[in-house]
Amino acid sequence: MSELASESSARSRPLGEPAGSTATRAPDVEAAPVPLPTPRRREPVLEIRNLNVDYGLGENAVHAVREVHLTLHRGEVLGLAGESGSGKSTLAYGATRLLPPPGVISGGQVVYHPRDGEPYDVLALSPRELRAFRWAETSIVFQGAMNSLNPVHKISQQLTDVIRAHTPGLSRQALRDRARELLGLVGIAADRLDAYPHQLSGGMRQRVMIGMALALEPQVVIMDEPTTALDVVMQRQILRQLVGLRERLGFSVLFITHDLSLLVEFADRIAIMYGGRIVEEAPSAALYRDSLHPYSHGLLNSFPALRGEKRDLTGIPGSPPDLRSMPTGCSFNPRCPKAFDPCDKHLPPLGPPSASPAGSVRTVACWLHPTTAPVG
Amino acid sequence: MKHLLRRVAFYLFTAWAAITLNFFIPRLIPGDPVRSMISRYQGQLNADAIQSLYILFGLDEKKSLWQQYVEYWSQLLHGDLGLSFTFFPAPVSQVIGDSIGWTVTLVGITTVVSFAIGTLLGVLAGWRRGSWVDGLLPATTFLSSIPYFWLGLIAITLLAGPGSFFPSSGGYEPGLVPAWDQWFIGSAVQHSILPAFTILISSVSGWILSMRNMMVTVAAEDYITVAHAKGLPERRVALAYAARNALLPNVSGFALSLGFIVGGTLLVEIVFSYPGLGFQLFQAVGAKDYPLMQGVFLVITLSVLAANLLADLAYLALDPRTRKEG
Repeated sequence: MSELASESSARSRPLGEPAGSTATRAPDVEAAPVPLPTPRRREPVLEIRNLNVDYGLGENAVHAVREVHLTLHRGEVLGLAGESGSGKSTLAYGATRLLPPPGVISGGQVVYHPRDGEPYDVLALSPRELRAFRWAETSIVFQGAMNSLNPVHKISQQLTDVIRAHTPGLSRQALRDRARELLGLVGIAADRLDAYPHQLSGGMRQRVMIGMALALEPQVVIMDEPTTALDVVMQRQILRQLVGLRERLGFSVLFITHDLSLLVEFADRIAIMYGGRIVEEAPSAALYRDSLHPYSHGLLNSFPALRGEKRDLTGIPGSPPDLRSMPTGCSFNPRCPKAFDPCDKHLPPLGPPSASPAGSVRTVACWLHPTTAPVG
Repeated sequence: MKHLLRRVAFYLFTAWAAITLNFFIPRLIPGDPVRSMISRYQGQLNADAIQSLYILFGLDEKKSLWQQYVEYWSQLLHGDLGLSFTFFPAPVSQVIGDSIGWTVTLVGITTVVSFAIGTLLGVLAGWRRGSWVDGLLPATTFLSSIPYFWLGLIAITLLAGPGSFFPSSGGYEPGLVPAWDQWFIGSAVQHSILPAFTILISSVSGWILSMRNMMVTVAAEDYITVAHAKGLPERRVALAYAARNALLPNVSGFALSLGFIVGGTLLVEIVFSYPGLGFQLFQAVGAKDYPLMQGVFLVITLSVLAANLLADLAYLALDPRTRKEG
């Protein structure tokens, strides 16, 4: 859990506030999250339904993602958090059909709702349709900022080849103008167009990748730990930029990270993954104030708040489960401080806790908060 | 530019060192050319003849090693490599000039073709792992483990012989006069088919294997996943992203192999009695023809250096990371 605990003190400043103003309004994380109003209409744009992803086939298959239901709504930032190996990246790769072998999607649907037109299942697209879908509808910013750019091609070429592939027939000048515009969007001077990746810093490269992700104005941008390799100052800059761009361009973000403190600050909703399943999903303020699943609670307790009483950082005892031999019942029960009778026998279904007030939009998979209406 | 100048300076230094070694090594060998000739004639030379040989080879004057070294350089710069013993009185430069064309044509073309085919198949095999091209690999690896000359001998035994289309030795039909006419060129091509295929078969799999493995390595890079995620056409991902990067290490290997073209594939030329530089070197060694040996070594050294320079230049052109600004 050390990766969760470290670095978070430096980043617990709300977004939308210029760097250096920490002293004037020291952030109280209670009040900090959700700088943006949640979208007015909760209109889905990407629905992951009952997705199962395995590594390998047959009996030796490792079930990395199991029965995941997750809905990304128009214009929102949905955070996906969990320990290493919890299946968050696999979920993203699976939903975009980028799984490297031996990854196999063994079931489920990924329904995409285009701006106009009928929703369709991404997993059922033909290779040609899939190529047209990629980047134009859903783009991805990958973990390795350093290695996401082709080292032998200029930035401009890598920005324009994707535009050319999707909208053929644009003039050279139009492509170049667009590339310049994209760099401007992420705050990189236009004279870097003819630079090669190795001539840019890590932060610049990641911003180029974000600019590239917006090249075709997709509705969904998936970010797989986009700032993990960067220092905290650069992380903050990039995230603030991202939030600003989202306000202007109105795309939705699926933000994957192991760093829950980051999500508490600027995600609208947060889903917590454990052992390949979603164990809790809630608006970030609700999750931060009142997490229901003991695992979410443990994650939240493993980084310090900037203000407020000092408390012990507890972390979560034990280590992530071995996906090849998952415990029976709730996969968290061997590490759970609150485990009781049914936990090691029956798998708790994910659903809105029956005790919660009507109209609340959160789900949890825990016997402490049993549900009467499981999702899916 | 500065980088390039530094490289050129380095190559000039290396060339100087190689030429200097080339001067000293034969002089460290016991005996001298005249004595080796005397022993060849088994003492049937009289004293006058021996004396005239010493004068002919310029060994009569008592010159210091330094003087000889300076003279060697001045002769070298005049393109004078001395006289060959075996082709006496032809000058070495003429002997080399006659044979270098054969080698460069045969080995040069086969090296380029082998690199092109090997790289192309390697790209295919690496990109579509498990396809039929990938299935060829064990076979080609087996072929590459067979030594050139043995493959040549087998080819001669099986394909050449009386009445066969393929001649078993030489560079052209004896009796033809070397000229740029259809008869001579036709005959030269006919004579080169077997040696060319021998070289091709045993060298192509090296290129296939290294290119395939680089493709597999590069295919796991993040930027390849990004290229897929960008929805680029498969061809573009395979060529502009994967193959373009996988090619880099192979290019330097290719440039180096260009340097060894001049040395020829010695054994193939010997097996096929091909009138190239390698065959000439073989004969020179057998006849203790020091001037010819020295000349051949010099040409090989210089061409390896030139190929190295070419590799440097190719790398500068292909990999922006090696370019330094300013």
